[in-house]
Amino acid sequence: MSGFRLAKGGAIDRNRPLSFTFNGKFYQGFEGDTLASALIASGVDIVGRSFKYHRPRGFVGAGVEEPNGLVQVGTGARSTPNIKATTIALYEGLTATSVNAWPSVEFDIGALNDVMKRFIPAGFYYKTFMWPDWHLFEPLIRRAAGLGQAPIEADADRYDHAHIHCDILIVGGGPAGIAAALTAAQGGLDVVIADDGPRLGGSLLWDFADQTDDGVAFAKMAVTKLGDTDSITVLTDTSVYGYYDHNFLTARQYRKPPGASANGTANSGNTAERIWKIRAEHVILATGAIERPLVFANNDRPGVMLAAAAQNYAMQYGVAAGRRAVLFANNDHAYKSAIALKSVGVDVALVVDPRQNPDGYWPKRAREMGIVVERGAVICDVHGEKRVRAVTIGKASDNDEAPEVTQTVTCDLVLSSGGWSPRAHLFAQSGGKLRYDEAIHSFRPDISVQKETSVGACNGALRVADCLVEGSAAAIEACAILGKSVTAPIFGYSPETPVTQPQAPYFRAPSPKGRKAWVDFQNDVTASDIELAARENYVSVEHLKRYTTLGMASDQGKISNLNGFSIMAQTRGVSVRDVGTTKFRPPYEPVTFGAIAGRRIGDFYHPIRRLPTDQLQRELNAQFEDYGGWARPYCYIRDGEKKEDAVYREVRAVRSGVGLFEASPLGKIEVTGADAGVFLDRIFVNTASTLKPGKARYGLMADENGVVFDDGVFVRLSDDLFLCSTTSAGADHMFLWMEEWLQCEWTDLDVYIANVTTSWATFAVAGPYARDVLLKVTEGVELGNDAFPHMACRAGTVAGVRTRINRISFSGELAYEVNVPAGYGEHVWRAIMEAGAEFDITPYGLEATMLMRAEKGYLHVGADTDGQTLPQDIGYGGPVKKKKSDFIGRRSMVRPDAKRSDRLQFVGLKPIDGTQALPIGGHIVEETQGTRKSAGYITSSYWSPVLQHGIALGLVKSGRDRMGEHVRIYDDGSFRSAEIVSPVFYDQNGDRLAS
Amino acid sequence: MQYSTFNLIKEGFVGHKNWPAAWTTPALKKSYDAVIIGGGGHGLATAYYLAKNHNLTNVAILEKGWIGGGNTGRNTTIVRSNYFYPESAAFYDFSLKLYEGLSNDLNYNIMLSQRGQMTFAHSQHDLEMIRRICNAMQLNGVDASVLTPDEIALRIPNLDVSRKARHPIWGAVVQERAGVARHDAVAWGYARQASKLGVDIIQNCAVTGFQIDRGRIKAVETKRGIIKTDKVGIAVAGHSSVIAEMAGFRLPVQSYALQAFVSEPLKPALDTVVVSPATGVYVSQSDKGELVFGSALDLYTSYAQRGNVPVLEDTVAGLLALFPSFSRVRMLRQWAGICDIVHDSSPIIGHTPVVGMYINCGWGTGGFKAIPAGGYTFAHAIAHDTPHPLAKPFTLDRFKSGALIDEAGAAGIAH
Amino acid sequence: MMKITCPFCGARNENEFHRGGEAHIARPQPSMDTSDDVWGEYLFFRDNPKGIIVERWRHTYGCGQWFNVTRDTVTHEIKAVYDIEAPKPAIDAQ
Repeated sequence: MSGFRLAKGGAIDRNRPLSFTFNGKFYQGFEGDTLASALIASGVDIVGRSFKYHRPRGFVGAGVEEPNGLVQVGTGARSTPNIKATTIALYEGLTATSVNAWPSVEFDIGALNDVMKRFIPAGFYYKTFMWPDWHLFEPLIRRAAGLGQAPIEADADRYDHAHIHCDILIVGGGPAGIAAALTAAQGGLDVVIADDGPRLGGSLLWDFADQTDDGVAFAKMAVTKLGDTDSITVLTDTSVYGYYDHNFLTARQYRKPPGASANGTANSGNTAERIWKIRAEHVILATGAIERPLVFANNDRPGVMLAAAAQNYAMQYGVAAGRRAVLFANNDHAYKSAIALKSVGVDVALVVDPRQNPDGYWPKRAREMGIVVERGAVICDVHGEKRVRAVTIGKASDNDEAPEVTQTVTCDLVLSSGGWSPRAHLFAQSGGKLRYDEAIHSFRPDISVQKETSVGACNGALRVADCLVEGSAAAIEACAILGKSVTAPIFGYSPETPVTQPQAPYFRAPSPKGRKAWVDFQNDVTASDIELAARENYVSVEHLKRYTTLGMASDQGKISNLNGFSIMAQTRGVSVRDVGTTKFRPPYEPVTFGAIAGRRIGDFYHPIRRLPTDQLQRELNAQFEDYGGWARPYCYIRDGEKKEDAVYREVRAVRSGVGLFEASPLGKIEVTGADAGVFLDRIFVNTASTLKPGKARYGLMADENGVVFDDGVFVRLSDDLFLCSTTSAGADHMFLWMEEWLQCEWTDLDVYIANVTTSWATFAVAGPYARDVLLKVTEGVELGNDAFPHMACRAGTVAGVRTRINRISFSGELAYEVNVPAGYGEHVWRAIMEAGAEFDITPYGLEATMLMRAEKGYLHVGADTDGQTLPQDIGYGGPVKKKKSDFIGRRSMVRPDAKRSDRLQFVGLKPIDGTQALPIGGHIVEETQGTRKSAGYITSSYWSPVLQHGIALGLVKSGRDRMGEHVRIYDDGSFRSAEIVSPVFYDQNGDRLAS
Repeated sequence: MQYSTFNLIKEGFVGHKNWPAAWTTPALKKSYDAVIIGGGGHGLATAYYLAKNHNLTNVAILEKGWIGGGNTGRNTTIVRSNYFYPESAAFYDFSLKLYEGLSNDLNYNIMLSQRGQMTFAHSQHDLEMIRRICNAMQLNGVDASVLTPDEIALRIPNLDVSRKARHPIWGAVVQERAGVARHDAVAWGYARQASKLGVDIIQNCAVTGFQIDRGRIKAVETKRGIIKTDKVGIAVAGHSSVIAEMAGFRLPVQSYALQAFVSEPLKPALDTVVVSPATGVYVSQSDKGELVFGSALDLYTSYAQRGNVPVLEDTVAGLLALFPSFSRVRMLRQWAGICDIVHDSSPIIGHTPVVGMYINCGWGTGGFKAIPAGGYTFAHAIAHDTPHPLAKPFTLDRFKSGALIDEAGAAGIAH
Repeated sequence: MMKITCPFCGARNENEFHRGGEAHIARPQPSMDTSDDVWGEYLFFRDNPKGIIVERWRHTYGCGQWFNVTRDTVTHEIKAVYDIEAPKPAIDAQ
C-alpha cells in the first residue's frame, strides 16, 4: 500500500492538473504540488537509492531536509542533477529521474552492497585496497559513487544578481517572521522578508491538527497586508543561504523551477534564478526548526517518514502518505501530526512513545480521539523492503539490548519524530555561538556576534503563540535600534497555547542483532558506524563526521547530525554538549553555479579590452589574440598566407619600407608637479630628473626586492610634466604602484599622476620611409634628423589632430610613435595609411613587433625576465652603481645573493647546428658527472627573415662572461647547440635608429 | 591490528568489535625529549619520522583542537611535484615518492589517486612558459609532457577547448604522477603509526607560552600544564606567527585565508586535476563524485577560517569559463583554511632564533603535498640540529641574503 | 563581504577596495646604509597578529585614495578608519 491523493483539502488547485514523468512513466499532479507531493499522491514508493548500499528509499521529509528524494530534472541544456523532489514546484511537462540507481530505481545492481554491508562499515576503505595498489580498485569505486549526471550541454538558462540595502532583513516567513514583519511594517523602515516557499506562511500552512485552525487565514491576511506596505519587500521562493561578514547575506530566488523551460511557469522573467545580495542593518532570523527522526532498526525503509512531513503532505497538498500509520515519537508535537492525519482519514493504528506517561495537551487529545498509545515502548524493527509492511514493538529500556517483541503491527506508514532542532544554520554562519539546550535536546542560538536576533522555532520556541510574541518583540527592538518606535500590532489570530510535557532524551532504539539503524540516510551512516568511530578514537565531532561521512551528504546532515552526535555522546558516556557540533558552512541549501556566476560568463567574464581602431583592424583581417587583456592583432593575413608568412612579410616591410603598428594599449602615465623629476628618480632604476624637456629616455622599474617588473620610455614634455610609458599589461599596476608610493610614503612631494593610457591612441610608424609618410600628414613639427633626433619628443598636428610624437623605436628602424586623442584614432590611422600608400605602408602586428625587438635585443619584461631578475642581470649594473640618489629596490640589489657571480644573465643565443629557431622554453644544460642541470633557459626565440637564421634571447648562468661559448640546449628529450652572443643581432651600432 | 581485507572480513562477522583505537589518548607527561606543536599532517609526519628514522619516541604532539583539523583537513588534496627550480623539484618529488609508498608504509589507505595534473596554457606566452616549466621538470627528473588542445579535449570532454573561449586552451603541461589523496587519511595514518611507535598525541592542548632561558628553549606552557623539553618543533602553518610571537621572534609570513568549494556529488565528469592560470581555478573530482575546487587567496590577511562572497563568485565564474556545462551543478559547501604566505612561495624548514626550537612553516597554498617530505626533513632537523640536505635551501636566512626561491615568479604560476 | 567606510566616499563593499599591507612600516633611510638584517626585516617580516591589525587600504574602484584601517583579523570587525599620515593609534590588545 502506498500514498494517495485525499478527496479534499490542501492548497493545491485541483482544477489545474499537471502532467509529468518520473523514471519514464507519466503521472499527474496539481498546480501547487511539489514533485514529492505529486509522487506520493501517485503511489510512488521508491524514489531513490542510498549512496553506499543502494538501499531503496522513499521520501522522509517534505522540504530542504530531504535526504532521499534526489532527482535529475529537465533534459538537454536544462538537465539539472540532485534536485530534492521535495523542494521543486511541479510544472507541466516536468521530467525527473532517480539518481544513483542502475538499471532502475526498483531493481538496482548496486544493492549488492547492501548484502555486503557488514564487511564495509564506515571507513572500510582506509583498511583495504592497499595491495597491490589503490589504483586497481579506484575506477570501480568512482563509477559506483556520485549521484546525478553532470549536464553535457551548455546551460540554456540565464541567471542574475541583485543588491538590496535594507534596514531589517527577516529570514523566514513563518509565524515568527510574519509577526516580525507586521510589527516592523509600522515603523516605515525598509524591511525585506524572504521565504523559500512559494508563499509566506511557513508552518502556519500545514502545522495544524484540523481544518478549524485559522493559521492559514492569518498567513493570507499577512501576505495581503505586507504586500500593501510600500516599505516591505517580500521575496518568495527565496532561500537565504549565506550569512557573511558585516550583515551581508545572500539568497537564491527560483524565478522558475529547475529544469523548466523559459516559459515554464509563472514568474519566470528573463532569468531562471536570481542571487539577492542583501546588506541589512539588522537581521531577524525566523528560520524555524527541523524535525529529527528517531533511530531504529531499518528506519530507512520506504514508508518511514518524519511525522511533520506526513502532516505537511496531508494538510498542504491533500496527500496521504499511507493508509495505516504507526507513530514513533518521544515528544508531544508529533501527536498533533497523528491527529492531523487521523482528521483526514488516515488510520493511525498506534502511537509508540518511549515515555512512561505522555500526558500533555496533544497526547490527551489523541487519546480522546481514540488513538491508541503504547507508552514506554519502542519500535524494534521495520518489516518490508520496498515499502513498510509492519513494525514490531517492544518495551523501552535504558540498556543497549534490543527489547523483546511484544507485538507486531501491520502498517504502510511509520511516522518518526525525535523532537525539533532549531534551524540555527544561518545564525552559526554569522559567527554566533550555539549552546546545547537539554530541554529541547538540541543546539540553539546563544550569543549573537553580528547585529541579529533569532526568534521563533529557530530559537527553540515551538508554539505558534510564542513565535508571534518573539517575532514581534524582535521587530520592536530592531526598530528601536534604528530609531523608530513601534508597538506590537493586534494580529487577530490567537493560536492555541497547549501545555506540553518535555520530550524524552530519547533518540535511538536498540537494534536486534544483524539489523542496522540509520542515522544519515543519504550517506548510509548507521548507529553502529558511529560506535565504530568511537571505538577507533574518531571521537572528535569533526573526526566522526569525516570518518563516517555523517552529515556530508547533499542535505548536509540537517536531520542526521544531532542523532549522530547523540549516539557518540551516549557511546562515550558524555553530554552532547561535550561532543559539540560540526561547523555550519554556507550554503544552507545547494546553490547553482550558474547563479553564483550570474552574468559573469562568456564575454562578460574578464571582458576583453578593444583597441580604439578595433573595427579598422578587423577590416584589415587582423588575427586577434589576447595580450594582457587586450584583443590585439597578432598579424594581418593576406589571401593564402599562413600566419608565419604574414609575420615575415610584415617584418620585411618594416625593415625595408614602412609599417604601421597599433600600439594604443601601451601604458601611458602623466607625472606632473614641481617634484616630478625627484619622484621618478625614486621610481626608476635610471635617473629622470636630468632629462631635458623634449627628450626621451629608457626607464626600468624594480620593486623593493630589486626585481625588474616593468619598463618603458619616458619623455619630458616640460620641466614639470613627464609622460611615462609602461608595458601594455603593466599600465594599471604601474599607475597604482606610483600612487601608493606617492600617497603613503612620499606625501611631501608635489606630484600628481594620471593614467592616460586609454586617452590616447598610439601608432608606431616605423621603417626607412617613416619620415616620408609622416611628412605628408603632419604640421607644426620638424621631422628632420637634426631637428627631431632619436629619443626626442615633439608636439604638432597629424591629419589635423593635435599630436604628441615621440621618436622612439621598438623595431630598431627609424620610427615615430604618434599619439592622438583616442577618439581621433580611426581618423589618424586612416590618414597615415593613405599617406603611406605610395610607400606600400604595411600594417604589422604584435608578432612582427616582438620578432624585431628580439632582433634588436630589446628586453620583454615578463618574458625575458623572471621573478628573480635584477637590473644587473640584464646589463644595468653600471647605471645602478653610478646613480646618485636612492630608488626603489636599490638596497636589495647589493644583498649577498645579488652579488653572486653565477646569476642568470640576459644574453643572445645563436644556433650553430643549423639555422632554425632554437626551442623557446628550452634549457641551457650543464653536464657534470653524468648529471644534467639547467643553467638557464631561452626566453624569446624566432627565425629572423632578415638575417635568415634563428635568433634567441635567454637567461644564462654567468651568461655575460661566456660570450662565444658553445652550449647545449635541451628541449623535451632533444638537444640543440648554440653560441652565447650579444643580444643585439641586428644593426649593432644603431645606425638605422639615427637615420 | 593490521588493516587488511582479511581482517575486515573477519571483523565483519563479529560486528567490527575488535578494532583498536587508531591512535591512543595518553596522559600528558611532565617532560619529553621533543615536543611537536601542531597535530596537522606536518606535525604528525614529523613525529612519525622522528620515531621511525631517528629513534626518538619520547615525543609529544600538542594539538590545539583535533588532529588534521587545520589545513590538512581543509585543502583540495592535490599532490604534485611540478616545480621549476631544482631545489623545489628535489624536495617535492621526494615528497611525492614518499606518498607513492605511503599507504603501505602506514598500513592505511590514503587513496593516492595519480590521475595526472594539467596546467593549462591560455595564450602563446603561456605556452612558451609551460615549455620552460616542462623542460625544467624533465631536467629535474620529474615526469612532464606538453599536451596539445586535441589531446586535452580527449581527456577532458566537457572542457571548452574552442578558440572562442575567453581564455582558450593552447596546451597544457601535465604531470601524470600528480593527483589527489584522501587528506584526512594522511593525518590519521601518520597518527596511527606515530602512536604505535610511542608518540603521545595530545589533542585539545593549546600552547600558551614558552620558557626560554638565555636563548634556549626549556619548556612549553600549555593549557594543561608545563612540559619540560629541550627540543620544540613548530608545525602550525597558518598560525606560525602566533606561536613565533610567544617565543619572541617574527617570521616573514602573513596569514591569508584560502577558500575551497565542493559541489554536490556527480557521476564521473572529470578524470584529472586541472589548473588554469588565467582563471586561477584548480579543480578535480573526488572519488565520492564532488567537484573539489578553489582559486586565489583572499585579498586581505585573516585568521577567520571561513568563506566569503567575492572569491566564491570569482572562482565559480572561472570554473564556468572552463566548463560551461557545469553551470547547472550546485555548490554544496564552502570553507577556508589559513595559509602562511611568504614572498617567494617556498617553505621555511629549520632553525629559529631560539636554540632548540625549529620551525616548519611557509607552505603557502600547497602544504598538503609536502607533508611526507616536510615531516621527513623536519624530523631530521630536530634530531640532528642541522637541516636535511633537501631542506637546506629553505631556511629563514634567505630572507636576509636575498636567496629566494621564487617559484611563482619563475613559472608565472602561483604555487 | 566586509563593509568598509572610505573616509572620502562613505561605506562600500569590500570588493571596491584593495588591502596594501601593514601600515606604519618605516622604510629604512638611507636604504644603502642599512644592514642586510634590517633591510630583510623591512621587506619581509611582519607582525601578522591574530587580532587587531593596522593596515592600509585603497579605495580602488572609487576615489583611489589610501587610508589606514584597524581591523580584527579573526572577526573582520573594523574598529577605525583614519588618515594615511596620522600616527599609529594605541591598540587595545583586547
